[in-house]
Amino acid sequence: MSQLVFEQFLNGIQLGMFLFLVSAGLTLVFGFMNIINLAHGSLFMIGAYSIALISGATGSFWIGLILCLPVTALAAFIIEVLIIRPLYTRDHLDQVLATFGLILFINEGTTMLMGRTPQFVDMPEALSGSVTLFGVFSYPLYRLAIIASGIIVAAILWFIITKTRVGMQIRAGTTNREIVQQLGVNIDGLNTAIFLVGAMFAGLAGAMAGPLTSVEVGMGENLLILCFVCIVIGGIGSIRGALFGALTVGIVDTMGRSFLPSILGAFLDPASASGIAAGLSSMSIYLLMVIVLVLKPTGLFPVAGRIS
Amino acid sequence: MISERHLPKLMALGVLVLLLLPLMLNASGSSYLISTATRLVIFAIAAVSLDLLIGYTGLVSFGHAAFLGVGAYTVGILSFHAYEGDTFFGLPGTLSGLIVLPLAVALSALVALAIGALSLRTKGVYFIMITLSFGQMLFFLFVSLEKYGGDDGMMMFDGRITLPGLDLNDRMSFYYFCLACLIAFFWFCRRLVASKFGRTLQAIRQNEARLSSIGIRSYTAKLLIFVIAGAGAGLAGALSANHTEFVSPALTHWTRSGDLMIVVILGGIGTLLGPVLGTIVFLLLEEFLPLILHSVGLDLLSEHWRFVLGPILILIVLFAKSGIYGLLFRSRE
Amino acid sequence: MRTTKLGLLAGLMLSATAAVAEDLKIGMITTLSGPAGYLGADVRDGFMLAIDEEGGTLGGVPVDVLVEDDGLKPENGRAIAERFLERDQVEIMTGIIFSNIAPVVAPLTLRADRFYISPNSGPSQFAGSKCHENYFVASWQNDSLHESAGINANNLGFKNAYILAPNYQAGKDALAGFKRYFNGEIVGETYTQLGQTDYAAEIAKIRAADPEMVFQFLPGGMGINFMKQYDQAGLRDEVPLVLAAPSADINILRAVGEAMVGVANTSHWNHDLDNEANKAFVASFAEKYDRLPTVYASQGYDTARLIASALKATGGKVTEDMDGFREALRAADFDSVRGPFRFNSNNHPVQNWYSRIVVEEDGEFRNKTTGIVAEDHADAYVGDCNL
Repeated sequence: MSQLVFEQFLNGIQLGMFLFLVSAGLTLVFGFMNIINLAHGSLFMIGAYSIALISGATGSFWIGLILCLPVTALAAFIIEVLIIRPLYTRDHLDQVLATFGLILFINEGTTMLMGRTPQFVDMPEALSGSVTLFGVFSYPLYRLAIIASGIIVAAILWFIITKTRVGMQIRAGTTNREIVQQLGVNIDGLNTAIFLVGAMFAGLAGAMAGPLTSVEVGMGENLLILCFVCIVIGGIGSIRGALFGALTVGIVDTMGRSFLPSILGAFLDPASASGIAAGLSSMSIYLLMVIVLVLKPTGLFPVAGRIS
Repeated sequence: MISERHLPKLMALGVLVLLLLPLMLNASGSSYLISTATRLVIFAIAAVSLDLLIGYTGLVSFGHAAFLGVGAYTVGILSFHAYEGDTFFGLPGTLSGLIVLPLAVALSALVALAIGALSLRTKGVYFIMITLSFGQMLFFLFVSLEKYGGDDGMMMFDGRITLPGLDLNDRMSFYYFCLACLIAFFWFCRRLVASKFGRTLQAIRQNEARLSSIGIRSYTAKLLIFVIAGAGAGLAGALSANHTEFVSPALTHWTRSGDLMIVVILGGIGTLLGPVLGTIVFLLLEEFLPLILHSVGLDLLSEHWRFVLGPILILIVLFAKSGIYGLLFRSRE
Repeated sequence: MRTTKLGLLAGLMLSATAAVAEDLKIGMITTLSGPAGYLGADVRDGFMLAIDEEGGTLGGVPVDVLVEDDGLKPENGRAIAERFLERDQVEIMTGIIFSNIAPVVAPLTLRADRFYISPNSGPSQFAGSKCHENYFVASWQNDSLHESAGINANNLGFKNAYILAPNYQAGKDALAGFKRYFNGEIVGETYTQLGQTDYAAEIAKIRAADPEMVFQFLPGGMGINFMKQYDQAGLRDEVPLVLAAPSADINILRAVGEAMVGVANTSHWNHDLDNEANKAFVASFAEKYDRLPTVYASQGYDTARLIASALKATGGKVTEDMDGFREALRAADFDSVRGPFRFNSNNHPVQNWYSRIVVEEDGEFRNKTTGIVAEDHADAYVGDCNL
């Protein structure tokens, strides 16, 4: 039993790390640029379709993984210049409507180009199979690779934000945009750069998800909602918050799915326990967010002094 | 652009058009469109109620479809028990509109009171997300109501609710009933936003901090408007259930809350009339864009009409500062 | 206000331009958008193929098929249905893919005294107490998909099973259907979330329960996610899967790839079924659309051919001769691509269910028919229907 608990905990961390890959870009764009980009999930989908196409054509997962980054960045660049840039000074609501329109456009365009059937992404040979962890249970190598890429992305972001000049500008901009602008920072360039970096993380996550999930139109939207939950629990604009929020969501969701049925089974008959547990575990992360926000109305790691 | 001075006249004209609409549709042999018009009217009630929050109080609720669901399920569950002839917690089911509709509105208001009381502790984006959460929780609650069809939803086998002297199963009567609800609710909202309470709300939207510094308790005002908006959406939900004679959790899905937000923003927030226009444009595009594209020979795009709708929405955002309302009307000041 | 008038104008214009041809009108309300869009597209393509083969007619009667996308919204389904029934005067309604659109469209159609012929979903209520003389299901009653999987599991000699499905009505019906015929023990029963992408937790639980087999009904993308991850976890060879047809259609095989090879499943149709009608269908579908047909395409095709057989019998009369057309439909006098097929007293199919196994042939993943699991299988609700 304790072995299963540990394995499920690890599964939770793995899910959390995956959510972090997508949330990191979202929280950067939201926190620094003050832009609500609903089409962040579409960038995730573009990453996944890119790897399906490129690795299908070249036969190599790795070429696909590397090339999906510039492809997503290019898509993001077009979106930023044409649609996001005119919206910097506009209300959040206008951004919601415009990026909603963008989702419709990208989803339907993808359907027209790629058809309605889900795409195939092959598992890379080097990462297929399982390893035995702690001499007790076997764990899929690919899931460990997702955890590793989450850690790498977190480390890169931590380095950029705390150790570089750009990072300082980002931190300052997240707290107060006007002051940074008055200090003569090229804010337009910085905006574009951050949007591209955020998009590339989403694309990377989409590509990493390819071998494990169904690559299909609309794959980004449900994930987007989950990622908003992560960054809001953590506190918008905070990378540390996004990491913490994503891990919390991953662990709560996984543990709920794993153990609620048996816990409820102690009180109820198995059939209704299973149904109620499934309902409750679907609600669990939303319940978590409500509890966090009622107790801490600006998330767990609010960016100090941020005017939201 | 038209000056806002002409607004009252134009609105009277609009009401006249809406009143004559079924007659004109009947005369032109397209009475099936009355059903589409009814759907627009019902959706407009929900959109207007959301505008009270987004436009007048600055509260962006991303869970407004939850109240549609509460209203619809009230109707659906009572109809279900009336059909089965059994009881619900000891109470019999009923189709009597005089009981069902007030109950649907009251229950929605009650749920809004509970959700609002907790959600209003947060602000801005956090408010968006906490209302989304409540909406999702209600969605999953409805999905797990196995007795009432779960995810598949339930049909109202006995047809629509009954009202004395009015046969709601008749398409014309039902349209006029829904229209009466819209006009009454719209009129109520206009009076509300023009009242002292309405000015308090506007002040909250513009500068909440200042308001609390002069001792006005914004929390109570916000909670009250949240409850009123929830009740309005509950009414729309109850009507919607009667319109399709079918209730399912799809009504409370987050994409439905999203659609509501979209029509309010598209129409122009803080105008009440805007959301009505937004509803008309959005739902008509959704229904007729494929047909229009087909009739001009763009068959590929007719099947993929969202590929056209997306850019239309983006262009409206980029070039119309306050939605469709802003395109049509020139502000008085 | 101006917009109101515009909307009205648009409506008037559209009604004025409605086709005036005398062709028999068939309304097809189907799901073309979103991840499940290929189901509707395949039903439509199969249906249209049957008409093309006859040069624009069905049973020698010129037909005009109106196709619209319900976007999986019940309200859209209702709006389209009313337009079809009133403006276009369609005499036959078909195309519905999902069980949450059918309860809106079917009653409207039946109340208007037209025929409703489902090419895909067959919800239990319409098979039992709510059955109707003008409501036909040409494909299957929902539960049969899973009942056949339960029988297949018995035949394969499994003594216990772990079963999982999403926490919604179709999922609950699926597990109930499987259990209705499976004689072994259920060692674990899990309801997953709708639209779930990560199945690590469920897979760990399956491993811990150590069952002889797993039955899952996770439609569409959810099933693809599960299968990829199940294989990744190395469980495919340890704990075999027994699936129902929707979890192993050719699009899913293509998306999951090698990880599906060897998986047992059941269906009422397969591309390799040895009958003349089927051979001709598979060949002409592949020729017209340049791909192998899915089971949904076969259902669309069979629905069209069922209608053709009835139209031929009545000489094109549908609503003018309700009794005649109904009797002709009930006779199902055509060579179905699925082999033997007839209607039960509740207008739902009595048909064979075949066991299949996923194989790799010429670099493509396909189902191979291995035998019959249930002959002349009827649904469980026919007793509740008093037709």
